[in-house]
Amino acid sequence: MAGSSIMESFFQRSLEDLIKGLRLQMIGESKFIAKAMEEIRREIRSTDPNTKSIALQKLTYLNSIHGIDMSWAAFHVVEVMSSTRFSHKKIGYLASSQSFHDGTEVILLITNQLRKDLNSTNEFEVGLALHCLSVIATTDLARDLTPEIFTLLSTSKVFVKKKAVAVILRIFSKYPDAVRVSFKRLVENLESSDPHVVSVVVGVFCELATKDPRSYLPLAPEFYRILVDSKNNWVLIKVLKIFSKLALLEPRLAKRVVDPICEHMRRTGAKSLMFECIRTVVTCLTDYESAVKLAVEKIRELLGDDDPNLKYLGLNALSILGPKQLWAVLENKEVVIKSLSDADPNIKLESLHLVMGMVSESNVAEITRVLINYALKSDPEFCNDILGSILSTCSRNVYEIIVDFDWYVSLLGDMSRNPHCRKGEEIENQLIDIGLRVNDVRPELVRVGRDLLIDPALLGNPLLYRILSAAAWVSGEYVVFSKNPFELMEALLQPRTNLLPSSIRAVYTQSAFKVLVFCLHSYLLQKEAIPSSTLDDLAPGVSNLISERECPEGSDLAKCEAPADYEQDEGFNPRVSNRSVEDLAIENGGDIIVTHGQASSSVSLENDAFTHESVVYLLNMIKMALVPVSGSHEVEVQERARNVLGLVELVQQELPGLLVQKEKSFDNEEPKASKIIKLMHAAFSKELGPISVSAQERVLVPDGLMLKENLSDLETIYGDVLLPPPSSISIGSRLFVERNGVSLFMHTKVESEPSTESTSQLAEHRERHGLYYLPAEKNEIGSNDYPPANDPQLPDNLNDGTQDLVKLTEQSLVSKKKPTHAKPRPMVVKLDDGDEVHVSAMKLVKEPNDDLLSDAVRDILLGNEARPTLSRSNPSDKSSGNRRGKGVYLTSEHASESKELGDAEKPGHGSPSSRRSKHHTHGKERHRSPRKNDEGKEENGQKNKEKSSHRHSRRKARRRADEPLNAVAQTTVVPDFLL
Amino acid sequence: MEEMVGEEPETRDSVEAEVLIVLCSRAENVSNFVEADSIFGPDTRLVYKHYATLYFVFVFDSSENELAMLDLIQVFVETLDKCFKNVCELDMVFNFSKMHIILDEIIFGGQVLETSSTEVMKAVEEISKCSLSLSLSLSIYIYIFTLGYLIDSVSICHNAGWRRLQMQSCFQNPFLDGKVDSR
Repeated sequence: MAGSSIMESFFQRSLEDLIKGLRLQMIGESKFIAKAMEEIRREIRSTDPNTKSIALQKLTYLNSIHGIDMSWAAFHVVEVMSSTRFSHKKIGYLASSQSFHDGTEVILLITNQLRKDLNSTNEFEVGLALHCLSVIATTDLARDLTPEIFTLLSTSKVFVKKKAVAVILRIFSKYPDAVRVSFKRLVENLESSDPHVVSVVVGVFCELATKDPRSYLPLAPEFYRILVDSKNNWVLIKVLKIFSKLALLEPRLAKRVVDPICEHMRRTGAKSLMFECIRTVVTCLTDYESAVKLAVEKIRELLGDDDPNLKYLGLNALSILGPKQLWAVLENKEVVIKSLSDADPNIKLESLHLVMGMVSESNVAEITRVLINYALKSDPEFCNDILGSILSTCSRNVYEIIVDFDWYVSLLGDMSRNPHCRKGEEIENQLIDIGLRVNDVRPELVRVGRDLLIDPALLGNPLLYRILSAAAWVSGEYVVFSKNPFELMEALLQPRTNLLPSSIRAVYTQSAFKVLVFCLHSYLLQKEAIPSSTLDDLAPGVSNLISERECPEGSDLAKCEAPADYEQDEGFNPRVSNRSVEDLAIENGGDIIVTHGQASSSVSLENDAFTHESVVYLLNMIKMALVPVSGSHEVEVQERARNVLGLVELVQQELPGLLVQKEKSFDNEEPKASKIIKLMHAAFSKELGPISVSAQERVLVPDGLMLKENLSDLETIYGDVLLPPPSSISIGSRLFVERNGVSLFMHTKVESEPSTESTSQLAEHRERHGLYYLPAEKNEIGSNDYPPANDPQLPDNLNDGTQDLVKLTEQSLVSKKKPTHAKPRPMVVKLDDGDEVHVSAMKLVKEPNDDLLSDAVRDILLGNEARPTLSRSNPSDKSSGNRRGKGVYLTSEHASESKELGDAEKPGHGSPSSRRSKHHTHGKERHRSPRKNDEGKEENGQKNKEKSSHRHSRRKARRRADEPLNAVAQTTVVPDFLL
Repeated sequence: MEEMVGEEPETRDSVEAEVLIVLCSRAENVSNFVEADSIFGPDTRLVYKHYATLYFVFVFDSSENELAMLDLIQVFVETLDKCFKNVCELDMVFNFSKMHIILDEIIFGGQVLETSSTEVMKAVEEISKCSLSLSLSLSIYIYIFTLGYLIDSVSICHNAGWRRLQMQSCFQNPFLDGKVDSR
């Protein structure tokens, strides 16, 4: 037996051999590892501890570098951990902290081993055990070993003490009740003479205070002392971190720390400490003007530094300060704007945030214009950062800063044409959202949508499909505002739409349906209107004009009253059809060229608006385009295409009948088709509105429908649920009624539009390129003309762009007060409920352990002295009172183990007396420190009397502070004199 | 070279790959911080330092100071340099457990335990002394037996690139050491 083990260890490969072997394997590494694993599996069962530990070491290595599973060796890890030799033990501990986790079963076996090693005289063994605990401690381990940790907290060996303090964090988070036992001793270590220990304790408090700052307010005096006295930058940084949390909760504390912090900021040569001071000031001391001024001065130093890290952090600090003190950003805006063209991605992004922070209602148009131009020249990633931040800034709080929606909608259109644009989904959502919410912008929206749809080049870019889908939807839904529905129809049915995915093709088809219904309906109306207008001469023309002005809103009302009532509609539709006539007339090489604006509307009524030919042409075009699609495999597309075709066929059959109608003017007998068309038109002209986020909640659940039946699995499957797609917009009742100012606006729009020009271009183009390749109106600024992404003249351009921006922000700042917008801001529909509900639902769920922990800490710091009174009221012994108090925090799982708890607690009970005696000595020490007395003097006289024993007075104060605490648990009060 | 503690092996590979992609995409002479929310969860940042063929990467959250983290990497590398007498890539490859000892002395359970490389050195030396006792004798035997093998591997090491780390001539923590440093 003995002989074999010697031979084993003799021929065993060491870790170094293994590594060398692995490096020799250029290929077939996995084969070599498999072979090594075979050896390890054999060696690890060896009775020789040396062989076993080396095998484990190799396994640990393979696990950490090559990800080989080592959970099977858990028991061997425990064996090696319990070896008496330090070198073996070390290997075992490393393996355990690498492979054990909460679910490892053998973890139950190591409690005693850990306890033994924590009590070891060899400080390195203690260190190993502590290290292991800091990584793998479970609730059970933390509970069982709390007494040992407690003892180690007051050890004289610095090497061990540091680690014992650091391990506390893990212990507290796993077993909050450990706070009751060891918190006081932890606090005492803040006054340790060893700087290394203090550094670690402060680090621990920094972590604790991040989770729940309020509980640590009572320790503020200790931290203050460190802030003033310490010379260690690391410790100071951590203390500043703590204060930046605490000062937010306690304004008096902020007042107290602002001077020392400024002092550090001025004096220190360490950039890290200086930056931490700056950050503390800009996060929580913004009320102190002098401090902020100093911080901004220091930030400027950082911004001027060549080190990109410092520059980045300077910008970072500015953007924290920005929302509260915009002047600081404006003061440095030149640097900020120049940084937009920095080579460093962090700096660019940070300055972009700052620039967007400067955006306001009055300058949003200028800033975004420059940024959009700049985005064209940037690399794709930053370009999308720019677009994304513009989108989110402008849409913030339901488009709060947007006054001119026409501008914004055309901006969205321009963004879509950016070759790098990957924000399709966001732009899609905004286009539709604005359409739903802002009534007045719809004509412009339709125009933007048309420009997008009509450009065949855009159909080749998959990134734009979502935007095109929105454009198609908008054009269909608000087709009444279209200048030329026929053109729109051509765009929707152009051959390249077969590049679109089926879901978007379906939207296209549905929009085509809406346009068709609209055209046919207008055609019908015209037929009926003409006789009346010829008979009644001028009067109806005037009435038409009047009703025309009210049309967009008036029609809504009319539809609500009676969908089939077209007396009102009659006044409404000619306007649109009128223009279409003009377009068509030109398109067909027209006989009439209309030059005289308003007068023409009544005149042109006498001519055929939607000519018979044009309708026939339309129907044929639809048939040609959709017949192939009606055989599509995609049901959505197929079904919609067939619906359209069905209507087309019906109309074609009855078209002669419709024509005849012209002659017998006041005949009430209507053909079937026109009835259907009117019905469809009425259906489509119902207004769609935005929906509140919480709308679904208000729908009553029908009886017998089990909504929560085992569908929880689905959540994991559909991890990231898509934002509500446009299809989720249901038909709601009319939401907007607003009349003033709008009609005028509409009117001027009609006049000023140079519509003839574009359409004549269009006609020309068609002749040259055949039917479908329609030019977009805005081709000049369209995608063709963009400078290439890697323009050789880039630096120049960049500078131009940034210079431009510098000037612009200056300008916009000056004119900030002036109302720059001529038009009043249109009404934006907001659903004021819902959003808030949403926010509250999003509230973070705290870890239950965190609550337990902070409760325990608060108890110790504020409510500790209350316990005797508690036990006084309950005439049982102290420990039972203690246990009773503890019961509150115990979960049901813990309750069964309360007996063990009692045991674990014992050292804690022994300690108060010893702690108290310690405090006395501390109190004496403090007497010698004159600074402390000064501090005391600053407080009011009554408390000065108590300064003979600082500690004692504090304890009394705690008792005092405890009373309000019990009444209102959340408002922890820091006793006055502590500040 | 990345130092990561407590990652599951499956996720670790993908995380390593992501970090690598991020680091490779960064030019020289840019800032050393990267927002790492997408890789390591909310409120995390990554700081890296590039020495010759090695990247040292630390991941931290808002309870640490960025510049102090940058210096901590310096402390780590400095300590390695002292321990291995002019550290090179291969020292790290072959001294798996010593690397762990050093790192454990600097970072403990996710907290920074020590920021002075002299202190770390002291501890590491004593721990090494403690465990030196037996394994030496055995490995001597093994080396005798595997002499030819050893020579092979050394030549391979040369091919693989035996590069010294380009360390700064004098070690200083520019951000953490100011005029008022007690140590």
